[in-house]
Formats: sequence, structure tokens, C-alpha cells
Amino acid sequence: MADLAWIDAALLAARPQAISALLRYFRDLDIAEEAYQEACLRALKTWPQNGPPRDPTAWLIFVGRNVALDQVRRQKKQEPLPQDDRISDLGDAESDVAERLDGAHYRDDILRLLFICCHPELPATQQVALALRIVSGLSAKQIARAFLVGESAMEQRITRAKARIAAAEVPFEAPGPVERGERLAAVAAMLYLVFNEGYSASGAEADRRRPFSEEAIRLARLLLRLFPTEPEIMGLAALMLLQHARAATRLDDSGAIVLLDDQDRALWDRHLIAEGLALIDKAMRHQSPGPYQLQAAIAAVHVRAVRPEETDWAQIDLLYATLEHVQPSPVVSLNRAVAVGKLRGPAAALSFIEPLEASLAGYFHFFGLKGGLLLQLGRGREARIAFDRAIALANSASEAAHIRLHIDRLMRESETSSAG
Amino acid sequence: MHYAILCYHSEEVVTAWTKEQNEEVMGRLEKVRQRIAKEGKLGPVARLLPTTAATTLRKDRDAPLILDGPFAETKEQFLGFYIVDVADLDEALGIARELGEANPGGAFEVRPLAVYYPAGV
Repeated sequence: MADLAWIDAALLAARPQAISALLRYFRDLDIAEEAYQEACLRALKTWPQNGPPRDPTAWLIFVGRNVALDQVRRQKKQEPLPQDDRISDLGDAESDVAERLDGAHYRDDILRLLFICCHPELPATQQVALALRIVSGLSAKQIARAFLVGESAMEQRITRAKARIAAAEVPFEAPGPVERGERLAAVAAMLYLVFNEGYSASGAEADRRRPFSEEAIRLARLLLRLFPTEPEIMGLAALMLLQHARAATRLDDSGAIVLLDDQDRALWDRHLIAEGLALIDKAMRHQSPGPYQLQAAIAAVHVRAVRPEETDWAQIDLLYATLEHVQPSPVVSLNRAVAVGKLRGPAAALSFIEPLEASLAGYFHFFGLKGGLLLQLGRGREARIAFDRAIALANSASEAAHIRLHIDRLMRESETSSAG
Repeated sequence: MHYAILCYHSEEVVTAWTKEQNEEVMGRLEKVRQRIAKEGKLGPVARLLPTTAATTLRKDRDAPLILDGPFAETKEQFLGFYIVDVADLDEALGIARELGEANPGGAFEVRPLAVYYPAGV
């Protein structure tokens, strides 16, 4: 790796902590971001010559803070001040800042920064864009390209989100335990949203959005270092790792979805799986199951099966039943129906999903599963109707293409049966 | 003499590496590893999962306390180790230097072994 690549990795690693500390000083997202940007420019100038500082994060915070203070003062006095000599001696001040970083502050600093990005007033799309822009440091252009919108539209989206946050005035005092818990839950949901923007993409979008999943994993690990005893954060990180481990096999060369049973398990990422399994094991010890842990535990059952036939569907059924209890939702029940089908056959699964139809009338996966079950029962004509509904509700070309495969097979089979 | 070369690095930096950067570093380390192994000087080598996957058992009380996370909260984390069988400290440091060129940043602690049971014995 060239020197500059090392510095890039160090800057990326320091970013969440540095920006959130600068946000605490200046209480303004734009000032914090600009200050950090300027500190990075100076790091790129001085680190290659002097070597990296002992504590890069503290260096960036200190330099960023001085730069921003200068600018605030300059604006007040309307006259230029000398720049570089003010930050030439970093010795004592750096250790001073480092000391404060080790304090209880910085955990809440980072949590606040993440929480700001998922403020309840922001719609999901703005939350994701804001987190990728501010916490991860992606440019508006990079985010725009991944979401297939124009750069200026994305910039507007981010600016609007920032304005909403400023108006909402997230308090800067250290939160109490209850509020901290609420923030953590909101942040976890936002990170999973970012993850899914990468994970659920298919076709040509998948490549552009894969970094989102990796970024979400990186931030989940960061959150876990800050809150090492939270079983749901362990569960969230485990869930992302176990799902992302299969990323390389989820889509075929043409970008179409490959179902779990058909994925080449030899290509699953063993390192990510090991880390995910270790985390879910740790989480289970707390005996305080939550939605992320349960979903991760389900993913763990899948990855533990060397071949699809070895999948422990009884265990999956049990985990979904617990998830239905913890977080009742027709989508969870629909997922459970797959396990029911594997355990007790398609007829049982079909009657299991029947009561869900009213609430899932607009849900692609409902009709995809219903069609598949009817097909297994040899009820081709009804299957066709369900598949047609699914295609009408598909969210992406690859979802529709996947259903069309079933329909094509149906057509061929009905042709052969009528010919025979 | 057996030495452990204990690898420390900032986990936040290491986990910020892209897949390509990670593979590049691991590729360079692998070359050094293979050479030392060929010379018959290498014991077990391990790269540890992130400290977030760690659990700590505090045995300074009865009953032992089980805690989430690594034992030590430090700026640089213990991320892996090499065991080498060399003539003296100089040779161990030479290997550490070479590994350091393949993977700059962080630190190696070179510590002599008091007891060593190779695997399976």
C-alpha cells in the first residue's frame, strides 16, 4: 500500500470520532464537517513528511478545532489571521485532547452523530443519504450514483436533511440511560437500513451499492466497541456479517437473484461467517433475545448447514415463532411459512399464510411464495394467478425476472402435458 | 529459542481497509511467512477476529465473572501472533522487521516463550 492509501485508511477510521467531537465543540454540522475536511487536507500535507502522529484522531480533532476557531474569529473581526503558526506546536495540546477522548464523552459523541442521521423527522431515504455523507464521508456524487439520482438532487436531499436536523435541535447534554437506549435502537435500525441498501440491490446496482453493506458492518463494529455488552448490537453485527458472507453468491452473472438453496456454499465468506457466529454465540449468553439476535440466529442456522438438505428447519421454525412473539408482523409470519412448508409440506404452509393475505395484498414476496406453494401442490392455474400478481408488485427487474422463470416452467409443463 | 511476535494495530484502521487493501497486506505477509516456514523456523500463526468478538473471563474472584469484549481497552489491539524458533533476539527482531515492512503501522511485541507445547503433543 502506498503511503497515501495508509493515510486514507487512518482518516476513514478516525472520521466518526473526529466529526462527532467537532460537532460537540461547535454544535453545527457544517462547521464540524468543514473543520474535519481542512484537518484532513493538512494531514495529507504533513503526515507523509513527519510520519503519522501518535494519535491520529486526536490530531485531527485538535487541528480541526483550531481551524474552525480561526474561521469563527476571522469572521468576527473581518480580517485575516495567520494560519499555520497557530497549530505548529501540537505536543501538549494533543495529549490534552487525547485525554479527554478517553473520557466517557466520546461514546456519547459518536452515538449523537449517528443518532442525528436517523432523527425521527427524517424519512428513511434521507437517513441513509445523511449517514453515508456525514459519518462515512462518501461524496454526494458517489451516493447519487448508487441511488441513480442526479448529483444536485442528492445534494439537495442532504441539505434538506441537515436543515431539518438543525431545526429539530438534538440536545447536546449527555443522554440518560433510557434515552441512550432509545438512541442506540434508532441508530441500529438506521445502520440496518444502510446495510440493506447495499444488500438488497440486484442487477447493475449491486456493485455500486456493495460498499454500503461494508460500511454498515464497519459502523456496527464501531458501535459494538462503544457498547460491548448490548446483545442486540451483537445481534445486528452478526446478522449483517452472516448475510454479507453470502453476497458473492446471491446474484448470478446476469445480476439475477439466486435462491439460498441454489447458492454455491463453497463461495460463502468463511471469515465473515466465523465472526458472525462468534457474535451470535456471545449475544445468546445474555438470554435477552431481540429481533436482530433472532434474525441472526436464523441466518446462523442457514450458514451452519453444509448442504441445503441439512438445514435445521425445526430450529428455524422455532426461531421465527419467537420472532413473531417479540416483533409480531405479517412479514415475519410469511418467512416462517417457508419453514412450515419444509417441515409439514406445502398444504400446511398454504393454510398458514392464508390469514396473511389481507395485510400483505401489496407484497411481492407473499404472492411469490403463494405461487410456489400452489405449484408444488400441482395447482398450476392458481399458481399462475399468484405469480402474475407477484410480477405486478415486483420492486426490481430481477425480482420480476425470477418469477418469470417459474411462469416459463409452468407454461412448458402445461404444453408437455397437453401434448402428451 | 522460541519467541512470540505479538501483533498490535488499531482495529479501527485495520477494519477500514478495503478488501483489496486487506488482501494486499495478507499477500505480502504470506510471502514472509512461507519463507520463514521453509527455513523451519515457524511455529503456529494466528490472526484473531476483531476484539468485538471477544469474551473475557475474570478469574480474580469467585465465581469468575464473564464480560463482553477484550481484556484490555487500548488504542491498539492485540490482533494476532507468530511463534518463531530462532537463534537469538536479533534474529527474532529481524523477522519482526520484515513482517513490519509487509504490514506497516501498529507494533510488534517480541516476547520469549517460557513453555511451548506444539499442537497435538
